[in-house]
Amino acid sequence: MIAKLFSFKGGVKPASHKDESATAPIRVAPLPSRLIIPLRQSARAMARCLVQPGQAVLKGEVIAAAEGPMCTTVHAPTSGIVRAIEPQPVPHPSGLPAPSIVIDPDGLERWIEKQPFDYLAASARQTRDYLRDCGVVGLGGAGFPSHVKLGPGEKGIETLILNGAECEPWITCDDRLMRERADMILAGAAMMRHITGARRILVGIEDNKPQAVAAMRDAARGLGDSAIEVIVVPTRYPAGGEKQLIRVLTGIEIPYGKLGTHFGVQCFNVGSAHAIYRAIAHGEPLISRVVTLSGNMAHPGNFEALIGTPISDLLPLAEPRADTDRYLTGGPMMGVGLQRLDTPVTKGTNCILAGSPALFPPPPPEMPCIRCGECAKVCPAELQPFELYWFSRAKIFGKAQEYSLFDCIECGCCSYVCPSRIPLVDYFRFAKGEIWAREKEKAAADLARERYEFRLAREEREKAEKAAKLAAKTAAGREKAAAAIAVAEKPATSPEEDAKKALIAAALERARAQKEQAHPENVTDLTPEQQAEIAAIEGRRAEIREMAKPHLRQDD
Amino acid sequence: MNNSPYTLKPASVQSVMLRVLLALLPGIGAYVWFFGAAILVQIALASLTALAAEAAMLALRGKPLRPFLGDGSALVTAWLIALTFPSIAPWWLTVLGTLLAIVVAKHLYGGLGQNPFNPAMVAFALMIVAYPLLMSQWPKVGATDFAVQWDAIFGNRQLLDAMTMATPLDALRTVLRDPEQRAMIGGILGGKATFGNVGGRGWEWIAAGYFLGGLYLLQQRIITWHLPVAFLAVLCAVSGAFALFDPERFAGPGFQLFTGGAMLAAFFIITDPVSGTTTPKGKLIFAAGAALLTWIIRSFGAYPDGIAFAVLLMNIAAPLIDMYTQPPVFGHKGKQEDSR
Repeated sequence: MIAKLFSFKGGVKPASHKDESATAPIRVAPLPSRLIIPLRQSARAMARCLVQPGQAVLKGEVIAAAEGPMCTTVHAPTSGIVRAIEPQPVPHPSGLPAPSIVIDPDGLERWIEKQPFDYLAASARQTRDYLRDCGVVGLGGAGFPSHVKLGPGEKGIETLILNGAECEPWITCDDRLMRERADMILAGAAMMRHITGARRILVGIEDNKPQAVAAMRDAARGLGDSAIEVIVVPTRYPAGGEKQLIRVLTGIEIPYGKLGTHFGVQCFNVGSAHAIYRAIAHGEPLISRVVTLSGNMAHPGNFEALIGTPISDLLPLAEPRADTDRYLTGGPMMGVGLQRLDTPVTKGTNCILAGSPALFPPPPPEMPCIRCGECAKVCPAELQPFELYWFSRAKIFGKAQEYSLFDCIECGCCSYVCPSRIPLVDYFRFAKGEIWAREKEKAAADLARERYEFRLAREEREKAEKAAKLAAKTAAGREKAAAAIAVAEKPATSPEEDAKKALIAAALERARAQKEQAHPENVTDLTPEQQAEIAAIEGRRAEIREMAKPHLRQDD
Repeated sequence: MNNSPYTLKPASVQSVMLRVLLALLPGIGAYVWFFGAAILVQIALASLTALAAEAAMLALRGKPLRPFLGDGSALVTAWLIALTFPSIAPWWLTVLGTLLAIVVAKHLYGGLGQNPFNPAMVAFALMIVAYPLLMSQWPKVGATDFAVQWDAIFGNRQLLDAMTMATPLDALRTVLRDPEQRAMIGGILGGKATFGNVGGRGWEWIAAGYFLGGLYLLQQRIITWHLPVAFLAVLCAVSGAFALFDPERFAGPGFQLFTGGAMLAAFFIITDPVSGTTTPKGKLIFAAGAALLTWIIRSFGAYPDGIAFAVLLMNIAAPLIDMYTQPPVFGHKGKQEDSR
């Protein structure tokens, strides 16, 4: 049972602050006065709305259908009346509203008829489709559709990893879930093993959660399944990063641009395994999740909240203190500041953190980089952040890419340790956003040029054809037949015309060659995950640009 | 509103620099013990000059005074200048050197974090070229009369001859230049009056103090092992090899390591991250190069101690070394990697 542990380089040890919210059991959050369910549930794809305002829906009823491979079905979290289908603010860094279905709960919690799914009789494909129709996405934060991740990929999946590391400070929703529902999580994991044909299941949990480890080990013993191993990993942020946990448990390093399936491993959050169990064993779609409320709150804890519950309805449960000056979703290392509180809990909302000036003091003024290398020591992607900083700041984006900018996972370790208090991650987000934007502009420009060149070529061709036709007409006279043929052929083959055509052909060829060459690394062969990342970055770009401006304006 | 991460480790440039200063204290203590309190006067002179020059330059450049003046980087430069200059050098020599370091080597290149050359080494190199005599009048071991030293620093240098003496490196050079005495190098190095037990009377204890401070910096993770270990190992290896080959012409590793600025360089000078290399492999190359050049200049050059020139020469090469020694990133190490 004792597996050899590997280690990842770098990482930091911020104060964990787990005790605040980890002691009390998960409580069910009361039904809110209204629910806001964004149609965009997974990273990129938008579901197609199936309901009308005024329509009555049951708890668990499908209200929007999945469209496209990256999309998942959306369900009514409770029974009630659809009030509106309109853009609503969502917890996204851009702060932009997104199309959403607003439901007024009727308070009756009337379920649809729940049907367990016989996954043992179904094919893997059918089970994956079923999970898509149950709206199951990763609950670790990124919201990647589970049915896509459970797909066989190139090589199939040999090792299934359950991520219970929960390395971000303050967050304890996975901890509580493992303590209270360990058997359901492992039952879900066993179902996932069946779908993927994996040989073994490794559960990685940080050593600061001994109760969760004990509960999961008990559950594993209860199953009597020797292929399930619960492994304690050292507490070191970001041990719960997917790539870091895979590295620690298996020794495999998954480079940027590659998926776990390339290496026969796939990693799921423990909450996702729980959701899969509920969907298959009980026929319950994913309509709720556990959310940690912590930080500057009088009664921190974990609450099972319906997807779509406005965050403002949730906060009173934990009673934020009077000096709270901001709220974050996610942890302090990678979390996102909430711009408004009427945004809903989504499937990726693992934590709402109340901040105060004492808890998260404003960063001291930025000093120049002294190249001390602290950031490189703690970078889990083993980058040289200070080099990337120079390139990003100077907008030498090509160099930044050469120094593997896109391998950055934005974990925040570099900013955390920087003695000069440089918000390094901000610079990297800015540089990534700029590179994506330029790529997009270039693609648009390429398309426009291609169209223009095509039009030119077509016009030339038409002109030549017209001339030929005209010549043919005038050649009707028999006596002048020979001369007419000569005339008819001439325009098409005149040296002038030939030169023009050659020019056009050369230009087209040049354009194509240029386009092929100019495509930089890191942006070719995009996987769905990367495309999702692009989408996320796109969203953040505008805001980050604004935020980075003051830093960049400093002339130094 | 700022972005994640919202929680930061308590760290600052100031705390880094203050710990570097703290690490210099054992060496300074030994200095005072063997050579008198003159060094403290020099440290004070250099510190005041450095802070004044820093403030003036910050004002000229329109930078905020408080964060930069308080960062401690000017003090580190000042202390290194004081410790590398003779402790009985006239006051203006120290002041001029410090001014050149802060104004020219640091701020004219863009200030903190931007200087391509180690400012203290720029000061030393310029001064030893401009004032070779003044830069080689070192105090005698045990001549700790503070009044005389004070006089020497502030004008009256008549009693100087009585209180100066050649440093071990100088003495060695003189001996080596004289063909008649050459054969006696073994005996001379054994002469305890100048050469002490390993690296020169008094000097070896100062070096030991720097070594102690260096261990503290390692323990505090302010420096990594790469630079000092590579520097000392290469200096040791090359001097050891040549001493074995021709013991009459070359001093052995014990002497090389514990004399002159070797120990100070290993832990405090080549470890300057701004002007040095930053990658692990780059640090090894940088330190090895500095050690090799130091030994070459010490053994064949015109100046007694080659550290300043060795460090400046390696500073020039640092960006190139860094460029060619970038470590592989996560997931791109094995040969199976094809996309990069």
